[in-house]
Amino acid sequence: MTVSVSLTVNGEAVSADVEPRTLLVQMLREGLGLTGTHVGCDTSQCGACVVHVDGESVKACTMLAIQAEGADVKTIEGVADGDTLHPMQQAFHENHGLQCGFCTPGMIMSALDLVKNNPDPTEREIREWLEGNLCRCTGYHNIVKSIDAGARAMRG
Amino acid sequence: MTEQGIGAAVARREDRRFVTGQGHYTDDINRRGQTHACFVRSPHAHATLNGVDTAAAGAMPGVRAIFVGEDMAEVGPLICGWAITDVHGEPFRAPPHPALAIGKVNYAGEAVAVVIADTLEQAKDAAAAVEVDYGLLDAVVDPAQATADGQPQIHEAAPGNLSFEWALGDKAAVDAVFDGAAHVTSLEFANNRLVPNAMEPRACVAEYDAGSGEHTLHIASQNPHVHRLVMSAFHGLAPEHKLRVVAPDVGGGFGSKIFIYAEEVVLTWAASRVRRPIKWTAERSESFLTDAHGRDHATTAELALDSDGKFLAMRVDTTANMGAYLSTFASAVPTYLYATLLAGQYTTGGIYCNVKAVFTNTVPVDAYRGAGRPEAAYVVERLVEAAAAETGRDPAELRKTNFVPADAFPYETPVIMQYDCGDFAGSMDQALDLAGYSGFQARKAESKAGGKLRGIGFSSYIEACGVAPSAAAGSLGAGVGLWESANIRFNPTGNVQLFTGCHSHGQGHETAYAQIVADKLGVPYEQVEVIHGDSSKIPFGMGTYGSRSAAVGGSAIVKAADKVIEKGRKIAAHTLEASEDDIEFAGGNFTVKGTDKAMNIAEVAFTAYVPHNYPEGLEPGLDETAFYDPLNFSFPAGTHVCEVEVDPETGSVSIERYAAVDDFGVLINPLIVEGQVHGGIGQGVGQAMLEHAVYDGAGQLVSGSYMDYTMPRADDVPSYDVGFNGVPSPLNPLGVKGCGEAGAIAAPAAVMNAVHDALRDVGVGHIEMPATPLRVWQAIRDAA
Repeated sequence: MTVSVSLTVNGEAVSADVEPRTLLVQMLREGLGLTGTHVGCDTSQCGACVVHVDGESVKACTMLAIQAEGADVKTIEGVADGDTLHPMQQAFHENHGLQCGFCTPGMIMSALDLVKNNPDPTEREIREWLEGNLCRCTGYHNIVKSIDAGARAMRG
Repeated sequence: MTEQGIGAAVARREDRRFVTGQGHYTDDINRRGQTHACFVRSPHAHATLNGVDTAAAGAMPGVRAIFVGEDMAEVGPLICGWAITDVHGEPFRAPPHPALAIGKVNYAGEAVAVVIADTLEQAKDAAAAVEVDYGLLDAVVDPAQATADGQPQIHEAAPGNLSFEWALGDKAAVDAVFDGAAHVTSLEFANNRLVPNAMEPRACVAEYDAGSGEHTLHIASQNPHVHRLVMSAFHGLAPEHKLRVVAPDVGGGFGSKIFIYAEEVVLTWAASRVRRPIKWTAERSESFLTDAHGRDHATTAELALDSDGKFLAMRVDTTANMGAYLSTFASAVPTYLYATLLAGQYTTGGIYCNVKAVFTNTVPVDAYRGAGRPEAAYVVERLVEAAAAETGRDPAELRKTNFVPADAFPYETPVIMQYDCGDFAGSMDQALDLAGYSGFQARKAESKAGGKLRGIGFSSYIEACGVAPSAAAGSLGAGVGLWESANIRFNPTGNVQLFTGCHSHGQGHETAYAQIVADKLGVPYEQVEVIHGDSSKIPFGMGTYGSRSAAVGGSAIVKAADKVIEKGRKIAAHTLEASEDDIEFAGGNFTVKGTDKAMNIAEVAFTAYVPHNYPEGLEPGLDETAFYDPLNFSFPAGTHVCEVEVDPETGSVSIERYAAVDDFGVLINPLIVEGQVHGGIGQGVGQAMLEHAVYDGAGQLVSGSYMDYTMPRADDVPSYDVGFNGVPSPLNPLGVKGCGEAGAIAAPAAVMNAVHDALRDVGVGHIEMPATPLRVWQAIRDAA
């Protein structure tokens, strides 16, 4: 049995027939080919799959695709402006805020939601916000630095 | 130093694809007609396998095949590639490890069958319908008890659950020194079992082309050629020339993606049976259950000192838990990567180390970031810190008293290593400054006034990197050579492709290697492309582990660049009508000595491919390959200083300061090197304070998810102060030493020494890793 779901992803209207048990992350990756959203765990802990749903950061593995009916979804592929990196992406690059890159899309999507709600976060606030995003490479040092720099750049 | 040459902090070129979601990890690959594999895994740690009924599952929708161990009888078992000779001169016991279990299962999570179906959901549904008849056996879980009489026996070929007992050093001589020592410090402790937890789970996609007979395996691997070699030579899956292994973007490894696991063997074999591509990606629960774990030692260690505080001798007895089978390089970890580092940075006179490697009904244990060296550094640095406390000496001063002096290199240790160079005291002094050691007592008093306990801890670690000189490794049991290759290919238009046998899974090779090429050949950095990870493109390569990519892989690049220059000199001499001896090369230009006659390397490359006016007898083309075999290990070393504050009411430990000064020799890209240090420290802090893979008495992994296994999170760790005191290695052409593992090697002892220092004030003598709030709180209560 499949169910039809229609939503907006990175500004484009899309629809797909999915099994009811299909997770949003599976639809994005397998159905729409948006493989920048990653799956790093099966308990909604690692945050590699964070996307924005109606402007809020959401772990795309905790949500069924059918729950996204009518929603406006943004993934890491929709963050840059053409070839111009978003200031947060640029900050991760300049501050070596990534190594293997696997957690990075989730980190950036999460960071953007933080800065939306708190444009000038302290180091402590950044660290506590990242509670739901695991990284095994960086020891978090440069991720925190990147988000601080990205927030500064976004404030202008 | 040029702007993008060796030593420049160039922001990484690989970042763009990762920050925009354009990376290509294995699970991102999909092939036409692709099927999906789901493994049926044993829920029991130890059981006979009486039968597997696949009839119902096989009839379910979309199922193409179900295979069990007996179906794969022609495929060789998984192997351990490092042979150990035991204390009796006998070979180690390495019982066979079939990719799918035959007759018996020996750990929870071991693969029993594989279901291949059109969709992943169909494969999972059918796997759940496979009926397995298990005969339950008691499990062996505690390594300390594994060899005791009356324990269940895991392998017929390994009586007493012992793989080997191995020793290094002269026991009688060391015992004699202990008998006459003024002071002996003794400690007993565990080195806690860890799960590597690369954020990308293991994954593979196997394809078979019936027309050409070629197999292609896409896999999250740190060493695609090693995968190809082992799968060809030992599993007999395909001859090497018919097996292509591609490791695309890989989301972290930390050792866990070195090894040849059951899943890739099964998929490669099965793809040619079902004649469809097959994909498997581990769920995180499968990663916990099946990725090779790390560490897991139980150790008794003693240090003998004279009345002046000089270290006379060390005696170490370790039981190493190998898990249910010997994984690919498992036997090297608690032996040659461990006991050989027990001299640390010190002039300790004699060292004896005995290691018992035992089997238990747990997942195999193998190399994890540092691999043996974190365990060694923990032994040495915990002993030194405890000795300082027991004898009333300043821990920094006691270390300085015993450091190998800067003028004593090359220095032969009593445990078969020859250190090439170093400045141990210099790194210590720099670390004391960076850590603000002189202000520690004031900070401690301030903490005390607030009802908190403050402690400081040191870790003056050394490690052996640049794995490894092939002849030396071979003499110690390695089944492979550990050189590296590099191929520098100029295109006619002057840009360059570098093909390397190392593999980047976060280390930034695409940037750092391009810097080396740009620096050595004077080619613009942007015009150098780095290609890695595909056995059909790379000459051969041993991959990336053991902090070898700079010292071994980088040296191969320099050697290939030298060959390019040598050939370019001939071409330039001919074109410029000069003698070859008069051609100088610098900054990308071949110049006739003492004249302004010159041509740049791009012009030389063009001439090499359009050889109209060309030296007689010289081959066209500018494409040079080099293989580099290191002369020795390299020896990164340094001092890390950790300062913690403990809340005695809750037992919580907070890292207030962490300073690291490391000697990695020459730095190719300081931005990347600092990142490696941060990441290593993060994992070391995780081991010291948070992480522990725990099995219950039945062999069930109770810390088998991120809900149960405490990964370091951003609010668990501090920012780190990182400094360098590089002494260029004289043994490789770049003067580099390797930086990938230092943090994970140094940090556990630094953190735990700080915790012990803080708790000493309330009478706590010993606490194990991880120093969780519960453990710390309990220890404080017990001491009161």
